[in-house]
Formats: sequence, structure tokens, C-alpha cells
Amino acid sequence: MSDDLINIKVNQKEIQVDKNLTVMQACEIAGEEIPRFCYHDKLSIAGNCRMCLVEIEKAPKLVSSCTMPLMEGMSIITNSEKVNAGRKGVMEFLLINHPLDCPICDQGGECDLQDQAMYYGFDKSRYKENKRAVDNKNMGPLVNTIMTRCIHCTRCVRFATEVAGVPELGMLGRGENAEITTYLEQSITSELSGNVIDLCPVGALTSKPYQFKARPWELKRTDSIDIFDSVGSNIRVDSRAEEILRVTPRTNEYINEEWISDKVRFNYDGYYQQRIDTPYIKENQKLSISNWEVSLNILKDKLKTLKPLALIGEHVDLETGYAIKKFMSNYGKDNVECRTDNHAILESLDSYRFNTPLNDIENSDLIILVGTNPKIETPIINHKIFKAYNNDAKVFNIGGNISLNYKTEYLGESLSDLNNENLIKALKKSTNPLIIIGSAFLNKIKNIKTLKSIFSYADKYKVITKEKNNLNFLNPYASRVGQLIIGNTTNNLCEPFSNLKKDNFELVLSFGSEHIANDQFNNCFKVYFGHHGDDGAMGSDIVLPTPLYTEKNGTFVNIEGRPQEAKKCHNPIGSAKEEWSILKKLSDELSFDFIPNTFDQLRSELFDKHPILSDYHEIIAVENSTSITPDIEFEDCKAEYPLSNFYMSDVISKNSITMAKCVEEIISTPSLLEKSA
Amino acid sequence: MSSNHPGLSNNFSRSGEKFSWSKDNLRSIKNIISKYPKGREQSAVMPLLYLAQEQNNNWISIECIETIAETLNMPKIRVTEVASFYSMYNTRPVGENLVQICRTSPCWLRGSNKITKTICRETKCEINDTSDDNKFTVVEVECLGACSNGPMIQINNDFFEDLDEESTKKIIDNIKEGKPNVIGSQKGRRSSENA
Repeated sequence: MSDDLINIKVNQKEIQVDKNLTVMQACEIAGEEIPRFCYHDKLSIAGNCRMCLVEIEKAPKLVSSCTMPLMEGMSIITNSEKVNAGRKGVMEFLLINHPLDCPICDQGGECDLQDQAMYYGFDKSRYKENKRAVDNKNMGPLVNTIMTRCIHCTRCVRFATEVAGVPELGMLGRGENAEITTYLEQSITSELSGNVIDLCPVGALTSKPYQFKARPWELKRTDSIDIFDSVGSNIRVDSRAEEILRVTPRTNEYINEEWISDKVRFNYDGYYQQRIDTPYIKENQKLSISNWEVSLNILKDKLKTLKPLALIGEHVDLETGYAIKKFMSNYGKDNVECRTDNHAILESLDSYRFNTPLNDIENSDLIILVGTNPKIETPIINHKIFKAYNNDAKVFNIGGNISLNYKTEYLGESLSDLNNENLIKALKKSTNPLIIIGSAFLNKIKNIKTLKSIFSYADKYKVITKEKNNLNFLNPYASRVGQLIIGNTTNNLCEPFSNLKKDNFELVLSFGSEHIANDQFNNCFKVYFGHHGDDGAMGSDIVLPTPLYTEKNGTFVNIEGRPQEAKKCHNPIGSAKEEWSILKKLSDELSFDFIPNTFDQLRSELFDKHPILSDYHEIIAVENSTSITPDIEFEDCKAEYPLSNFYMSDVISKNSITMAKCVEEIISTPSLLEKSA
Repeated sequence: MSSNHPGLSNNFSRSGEKFSWSKDNLRSIKNIISKYPKGREQSAVMPLLYLAQEQNNNWISIECIETIAETLNMPKIRVTEVASFYSMYNTRPVGENLVQICRTSPCWLRGSNKITKTICRETKCEINDTSDDNKFTVVEVECLGACSNGPMIQINNDFFEDLDEESTKKIIDNIKEGKPNVIGSQKGRRSSENA
């Protein structure tokens, strides 16, 4: 390894660093902060802002550190007069055309240019000519543009091309006429487009919904988890008083890196629309306002006589799930179901989670998408596949002929197309193949033999080996993996929801599951615990308000089996009560055994029962499954994708005005490109 | 001011007509692309823009850009970037004769201002404008590289050098009347030999 290390000096301090680094990265290791605008860890190096100038001994001029490779014996100086003067000069040029509108700029207070101007800027302008003005560009309903503020770092252009995989942004013109724009000013079509707002070092690209809402120092920061897909992206929820004003990503190199999807970033206005803020009871076919005492009394009486079934929705945290399980155990077994979409599983964890650590997806050289549309279901995983694709991985697709932002080879619509000759040939050549089985097939599998065959197939073609398991199962719901780990499901491995013996149940308790509105429960008494009024609540006999994930603490297990905590940001809306406390009250009145008095007790009891969940941020380790059948046989099932519209996948995003605008402007409006074709 | 120059505008427009390569151009494109290594076909974007401009009445329409992007299998915005960067790709329609007047120091010292005035008077259009009969578009440009023969202008693909007001007027008149012009020096010298 010592071959890769070289000796350099940073401000006379001797250090050893990897020879493949740049001068800027070496300075960072040495603890010297280098100002920069265009350089970004996750993007290619552009070297066009010139802010990161440093002095290198024996070099006649200042050097831009982000583009400069290291050499043995290099002596770098970052704090000399000359460096300072150079950076001041660059800053003066950057500010020539930058408007002095900080007081009305949304970036104010968290602006790289503002911060660095404090160190390197002059207090007066020597520029007597007119500043240039640039027309604002349309980039869609999410990204607000004030292009006069742009300093042409091209971070957004590189992001769109390299990370989002939609080469739609570019810099037109040159010199003083340079302008950043999307092609013909169309909306950006990426599910990750909101990230350009964080990337922009100035206030040129800002959030449209957050425009003129708040200053960063007024906001309370709460660490949370994205529950709108199963990836579990780390997010930061910024709120003021009892209102969430924006959502931004937290860096987690193992999961979302620095990105989040547009859905979680922008659907927060839906948190406050159509909220169930008080209990409702159905009278004469109409829901009317009630109170907790009356509604819980009715529910208690029903629970005394009727046999209940609990359905678990897509946003339910582990603690709530555990409380539900504990409560329902008083009524026997097999009466809780989270797989309301007929998700087929085997018993073991590796049959329903994403077994490859998300960070390793990019190392694969062959990816087979089987009945999954990662672009819509999990944009972060789609980005990782795009990374692999850029590393020359080949991507095959089986199921629907979906359109993705990279090239795939379509093999056919049925599972048995896994036996396609081309695919087998490619699999045999591949050194690190990866299979992703999506809900489009998993929800349709009727025979468990098919699922076992998939394992045998993976085993046969070295997708599963002793060292690695690259057979992945992908579903889009944040609650699913966790709920399955704590066993909130019935015995049926295939078609669990269709196989529910409806005659066995007379009372359905739905915890945020819209499936309560299904015809099969027409003769049951229905109770809906939830936060948004939609089909589920409308069809129920009692509706009880519960808090949203930002209004309570909760644990979620992401798709790769990594427990993470979403923290409470503000108090619940209206008279909403946490599910466990409602169940606690009912248990007390029905004299059931339900010990936890507080949320913390509930959580520690959950962790005692399932110690694997207590290790936050670590992937749960399991041994590779051994349930392998000798013969490989795939049943004939037709792919049916769970989501068709990224922006409207659940009750919350359906109620978001921003998401509605996205549907209108990005999905429904045929782009100019298509019109001309 | 410079933003009005047809080659320096960032705004592209549609011609409203489908743009598809002529047979000759298809042949040249094949030849051009073969000069670049496999997988680097996009390097041919500049020659293709030139061909498209030639075929499309001396300007690049959105249709041209889309056809080029399709031919070279590259994002449309990348073609747009290149087309907007270089001033010799016109982003809006120009007249039949694009008159480019050199205004850089050597030509200017030799009296390019007078040439400009003459041309504007004779063609009845302002700098960066197109004449009403669509015969001329007049633009001022920086050095065209014929400094020793200044003042000079370029009309479409031809250079006219060693100009004075009289010879300039004659050139414009000839174009109006459809008569041929002498290309190069108007004083009869060969290339840039001593006058």
C-alpha cells in the first residue's frame, strides 16, 4: 500500500496521502479549508470558479487546487498573502455581476457566496459599468430560478447529467452571455431534480414552494427518515412552530449519499391538507364529528364481541407495529397483515429485503430488473443502478417495457424470460451479477415454488455465493421490511391478502391501510386509524386521528434491513393520539395484558424481543437462505407495477398541491419534444 | 448589443418545417463520423452543425439541433450548447447574403467604419438587421484573419479585401443585380503580396 502514498507538505506540515488525490483533497486531510464554488465531492471536476487557488512552491502562478493532481514532495501553501490576494481577485470578479439582493434572496444565511464574501470580498465595488441581467428560466414546478444570481459553477449541469441521468440542463452562450437553462426551458424530468437547489452555491436555483417562507436561522432542525419509499433516505425536517417549512437531505454515505427524492422534499404541504384531526363516527352513511370518549366506547364494545383483523399500512413505524401485534395477540394468531398488496415471501429476511448493500450496487457489472421500475419506486436505487450503468454494467429488464434514464435490454414480460439465452450467456460471463425482483411480480406469485426457484436460479448463476447475496427483493413501502421482521403477517406465504378468510373476521382495524375499503370487508365493522382522509377513512365506521411520522418518534427499517429513527418534529395536529396509546387505553378497559406505559418502555420492550433492531444504522446480518429447490420452474404471471405515478403514490402526496403541479407540468403536459415528433 | 448578433443569441427558434439530411449530406456525415474513434461520434457535432446550417438557409433551427442530436445519439442540450457558443452558427434566420464586417483594430485603422457605413446605406439595414427584401444581413465581427488586406468583409463563404467605399458599393450592387463579383483583393493583388 505504501506505493500509493506520497509525502507532501501543506503549510510546512508534512503529511502522507494517497497519490491519486487532488491538491484540494490533500489540503482537506491536512485540516486546511479551501473555499470553492464549482467543486463538489459527488460530481466531476470542472475547475471553472477559480476560488480554490493555492500556492505551490516552485510554481510561478497560483494553481486551482481542485484540478491539480498531487506530486511527491509538493509543498502547498494555502494561507499566504499571495493566495489571499488571488482569492480576493476571483471573488471581486464573481461579484461583478452578482446582484446585491441578499435581503430578498432565499439563499441568504446559507449561501456559499455570502459566507466566502465575508472572508474574501471587498466592501466596495470598483465596477462602474452596468451589471448584467439574465432572464429567469423555467425549470418546472419545483425549482425556482433567478438567473442573474448565477455564477456559472455548472454544478447543476453536472448533477443533471451525472447523477440524475437526465442530460437536460446546459450552459448556453459564452462569456458575458453564458446562461444556464434546461433544453427549451422545459421542466426537469428527474425524480431527483430538487437536489440542484442544495447544490447551487448561490441563490440562482431555490425551492419554489419554500420561496420567501423563512430564514435558515429561524428553523428548528429535526433528523428524520424519508418514509415515502423504502430506501430510508436520511432527511432533515425544518420547522417553525407547528409547521414544517421544508425538507432537505442529511448526508448518509451508505444510503442516500447527499440526495433525496423530489417526493419527500416537496410533498410536505400535503401533511396539512385533508387531515383527520378529530374522531369521526359513521351515522346514516355519513361520517360525523365525534370525540375520543364516545368513539373509543363504541370500539371497545365491538372489540368485546367481534373477531378483529388488523391491516398495516405503508407508513407504520416499528413501535406502532409492535403495539398492534401485542394487542392482537389477545385474539389469537394470524390476525395481523401488512402485506395488503399480496407480497409473496419466504420466512427468512433475505427473501423480502434488498440483500446487496445499496452502496455496492454500483460495483455490479450485470443488473437484471425483474418486475420493478426503480425510477418511480425508489429513485435513489435508480441512481445507484445508473452509476453501475456508467461503469459499463449491462442492464436487462423483464416485466413491463418501462422507460428508464439509461439503456436496458428488454427480454419479455414473464418471469420465465429469466431463462432467455442472451441473459444466461451474459450471466455466465459476469463476475458480479445482481438481480432485483420487484413488486410487479412478487405481488402476483401464486405458487411458493416460483419464489424458491428464483433462489435456485440465483444460486445456479452465482448471484448468491458464500461471500455475497445479490438476489434482491424490492418493494416501495417504508414500513414493509420492519413489519415483516417483527412478524406482523399471516402464515400464507403467497397471496396473503387474498387468502384472508373473510368469514373469520367481523371487525377490521386499519392502521393507515387504504385496503380497508376493499369489497371483501363489506360486511365487517371498519375502524380506520390514520392521518389523511381518503378512500380508507371514507369507507370506515369509525375514524380515529393518529399522528404523522413527523409528529411522533418511530423506528423504520429500510429496504436493506437497516433500522433508523425518525424523530418527532412537532405536536400532532388536532386531537390525534399515537396508536400505541389508543391501544393501551383499549387494553386497559378490556383488561388485556399491555404493559408499556410510555413510548420509551414500548420501544425497549420491542428491542428486548427483537435485539437485532436496536442497532441503529447497521444492516441486520443474516445467513444466506438455504431453501433451494433442485428444479427451476417459474409460473406464468403478468407484471403489474404497484406505482405508475411517482408524484402521487400515497395519501400524503395525493394531498400535496406541489405534487399535483408536478403531475400537471411534468407528467401530463407532453413536452415540446414529443409534440414535434 | 452583441446579443443581437444572430450567432451570439442563446434563443433558438423553430422553422416550422421538418429538417432531414439531404442525400449529399448523409454521405458527408458518414465520412465525417468515420474520422473519429468508435464511441466518440459526438465529436462530429461541429462539422454537422456546419452542414446543417448550409442546408438550412444559413441558420440553425431547433429542428436542425434535434436532427443532429438524433444522428449523433447525444442529448439535445449538448448540441444547443455548442451551437450557442460559436458565433458562426446563426441561431435565427439571416438574409441570403450574410455580410460580416471586420471591425478589429487593423481593419478599423484602415477605415472599416467607412465600409460599415457604406454597407448599411447600400443594403438599407442596420447592423445585426436583415434587409426588407431578405437579401442581406449585416453584422460586425471580430478579426477574420486577413489583417494585411484590411479593411475586409466576408459575404457568405467569400472574402472581399482591400476595400474602399467605391469597391464596397460595387460588390453590393453586383449582388443586388445578380452579377458575379471578384473574390479576394479588390485592388488586384494576389493573396497578401506587397501592394
